[in-house]
Amino acid sequence: MSPLQETIYRFSQNKVSLIGLAVVLLLIFIIIFGEFISPFENGVKQNIRMRLQGPSAEHWFGTDAYGRDIFTRVLHGTKYTMMIAFPATFIAEVIGIILGACAAFYSRWFDNILMRVLDVFQAIPGQLLALAVVAALGGSLFNLVIAMLIARIPASVRTARSIMLSLVGQEYIDAARSYGSRDYHLIFRHVIPNSLGAMIVSMTINLSAITLQVSSMSYIGLGVSPPTPEWGALLSEAREFIITAPHLIIFPGIAILLTALSFNLVGDGLRDALDPRLRD
Amino acid sequence: MIKYIIRRLITLVPIIIGVTLVVFTILEMTPGDPAKMMLGDGATLEQFEAFNEKFGLDKPFVSRFFNYILQLFTRFDFGTSWLTSRPVLDTLKARVPITLIIAVSSIAFASTIGVSLGVISAVKQYSKLDYVSRLTAMVLAAVPVFWLGMMLAILFALKLGWLPSSGTGSWKHYILPMMTLGLPYSARILRSTRGYMLEAVRQDFVRTARSKGVPERYVIWKHAFLNACLPVINTIGVYMGGLLGGAVVTENVFGCNGLGSFIINSVKRKDIPAVTGGTVFLAMIFALILLAVDILYAFVDPRIKARYTAKGAK
Amino acid sequence: MDTLNNTLLKVENLHVVYKARRETVYAVNGVSFCLKKGETLGLVGETGAGKTTTAYAIMRVLPDRTARIVNGIIEFEGYNLLDVPENLMRHGIRGEKIAIIFQDPMSALNPIMKVGDQIAEALKFHNKEDLSPERIEEQVDRTLELVGIQKERKYDFPHQLSGGMKQRVVIAIALVCEPVLIIADEPTTALDVTIQAQVLAMIDELREKLGTAMILITHDLGIVAQMCDNVAIMYAGEIIEIGSVEDIYSGKMQHPYTAGLFGSLPDLEKKTDRLHPIEGLMPDPTDLPKGCKFNPRCPRCMDICRNVQPEFTVEGTHKVACHLYGSGKGRGIDE
Repeated sequence: MSPLQETIYRFSQNKVSLIGLAVVLLLIFIIIFGEFISPFENGVKQNIRMRLQGPSAEHWFGTDAYGRDIFTRVLHGTKYTMMIAFPATFIAEVIGIILGACAAFYSRWFDNILMRVLDVFQAIPGQLLALAVVAALGGSLFNLVIAMLIARIPASVRTARSIMLSLVGQEYIDAARSYGSRDYHLIFRHVIPNSLGAMIVSMTINLSAITLQVSSMSYIGLGVSPPTPEWGALLSEAREFIITAPHLIIFPGIAILLTALSFNLVGDGLRDALDPRLRD
Repeated sequence: MIKYIIRRLITLVPIIIGVTLVVFTILEMTPGDPAKMMLGDGATLEQFEAFNEKFGLDKPFVSRFFNYILQLFTRFDFGTSWLTSRPVLDTLKARVPITLIIAVSSIAFASTIGVSLGVISAVKQYSKLDYVSRLTAMVLAAVPVFWLGMMLAILFALKLGWLPSSGTGSWKHYILPMMTLGLPYSARILRSTRGYMLEAVRQDFVRTARSKGVPERYVIWKHAFLNACLPVINTIGVYMGGLLGGAVVTENVFGCNGLGSFIINSVKRKDIPAVTGGTVFLAMIFALILLAVDILYAFVDPRIKARYTAKGAK
Repeated sequence: MDTLNNTLLKVENLHVVYKARRETVYAVNGVSFCLKKGETLGLVGETGAGKTTTAYAIMRVLPDRTARIVNGIIEFEGYNLLDVPENLMRHGIRGEKIAIIFQDPMSALNPIMKVGDQIAEALKFHNKEDLSPERIEEQVDRTLELVGIQKERKYDFPHQLSGGMKQRVVIAIALVCEPVLIIADEPTTALDVTIQAQVLAMIDELREKLGTAMILITHDLGIVAQMCDNVAIMYAGEIIEIGSVEDIYSGKMQHPYTAGLFGSLPDLEKKTDRLHPIEGLMPDPTDLPKGCKFNPRCPRCMDICRNVQPEFTVEGTHKVACHLYGSGKGRGIDE
């Protein structure tokens, strides 16, 4: 069996991670087919007579302050979080790989400078960096992507760099460099495919963290704003009804929790599957 | 040892300058004219000019930045609020205790639970306790802090009426924020500790200790745990960054007027100097925490200590 | 075998397996030997032969999640060590009556504990005479002196010592309670060649001085010749030849594997182009061959070797498990 097949096999043995993967696939399914499950309109239609009702046969998650169906709103809220999380993660990983590879293989001098710069960025707690970006550019889907990117890139670069350095020791690089750059490009083409596994694990961590961060930002009013049904925004709307209608709070929160959790589970499972060490 | 501390303190300086530069640059991207935003369209030209002059907004970016750094290092001047015209430092001083109490109590709570359960979980690997705590930790690590806060508030404040749900009057007011922030981090610390303990317990020197006939509880705590402590301390230091960010959100949930809510409100009101000052200040606190962790590490690990004290070389 | 009160350790038909998730590793398959007081037994074999597992089984410091002692008796001072409860092993046997010298001194010591404390620890937990802290420290000093380390070094941490000194500390830890049996697991393999001789000489000297019995695990036949009274050759978890040093080095019978071991040593006197290693590799311990376990690699393999497990052919103190010397009978078809 090739390493890839082995990894897939080991992953499939891990029931908990499979559940996580199933949820992730479900989320993607919801994003694509959400409109067919329950049209967006259902979450926009207001019906003041039906406001603040608990879960019922007609409204599975109940209704909100304006009588809108919460199930639909939560359903469609999925795509806002994902539309920020996936691009931000992907771009951060790509930049991470590029800069990480340069730092590991290009020159010590560049590596040192880059590490100092990363030190500075990582001295600012991620949430604050995101707040600063939003302070400057305002809250919107696009700006949140930028904010998440800036907050996550330093860690991505460090992870990529350390993976690559662990695959190819520093002495190897120095030696290769000393007899010409030809082997140098081979390292590149060899190392990057081998680091993909670990990079995907790091991506799942980022996806989970961004999900939480984005909803936090919307919750405090600095991200996506109502009436967009982003989960954090939904919870922000629900605040004043915390006493009278707790169901408003439960469902979007569970959605965030399940999403972040399933990314974590997939990442954990993948990490265990990639690691050839027998688990005792 | 003192030399090590001093050297590390000195490295803080370029980091603070760098942090300020990053924050400054990001906030520089704000579109719109600050004077117009603060004074409104109806103000006169003289008023705009007075505003700009007062806050040095007529000067170019580079000179503003250098002035800021100068003020920061010579007079601890974090800038002046556009809204209140008072020094940001005043607000910082008033509000930072609240944030610090939340942050410190949370990390203490999280570390105590996380480390002890992590060790037990590692020692009793594959037991029911291990599985239950790992499962709970997985869920808690993925829970959004603000949501957990609201749920805890519903349970303890509304349904049970044991604790207040907002404000900062008494010590009771800090319990919910401590649990809200502490629980997710205790989960993360638990997982890290468990991992490091599992590694430590498999080390050769643990086998040596056992073969000497050392009782098992000494083997676990004196040998394995003390060694695992080192990376655990490191990890907790790193988590402080996320924790400080989480404190910002927690303050918002529970209506505490600490640094976090100050920054959030300043962002909403576009009071850029306040945002700058607050962010740089928090970053400084984080940097000091990391420094403290490094120094603690050097104290505890004789290998590092040796490098920086007289008796070291072989 | 001798009169019963001279025998210190008697291992009978020891079987140890490691159970991984989907496979079982048959590490030790029916090992038996005796050790008299003050005697040194060399346990020789390639990596993976089961020597270390046997040694750890005697002390019962095998990883308890994966290792399983499935059969056997280990008789020591009248007790079967496999039946002794764990706290008695800890309190009376380990470190006190039986001690191990580990192979890799770099990792065998706790990096954040002073070496003096690590030696003292062995004493503290076996404090039979209820020594005061000062007396304990005196004993530590004495032991350090014995292994040739200045007593001021007891305040040092392992990273401050050289490899050879670290190994001496490991030896000091083993000796400090004056055990009756020491198991030395390749004590010099991880050291520089120049230090090896020193450390070995010291072990030998101490052993004689204290009258300790020793099981010396090694793959180095030269060391065996120097230091051992008896030798057991292990292969694939079994002892295939055992006897006194004279028996093994110049006896009439010789197991083909032993012959191969000796033959692969470079000879200063003979001129040769290539070395003669034994062909092939040790069998996969999860999938051992039928019959004699050496048969796939044996240059003198016969049909019977592939099917029937050889029994020991005994000649005085010398025992060899090989059909070449047997009378055709064996232990029947292997399970």
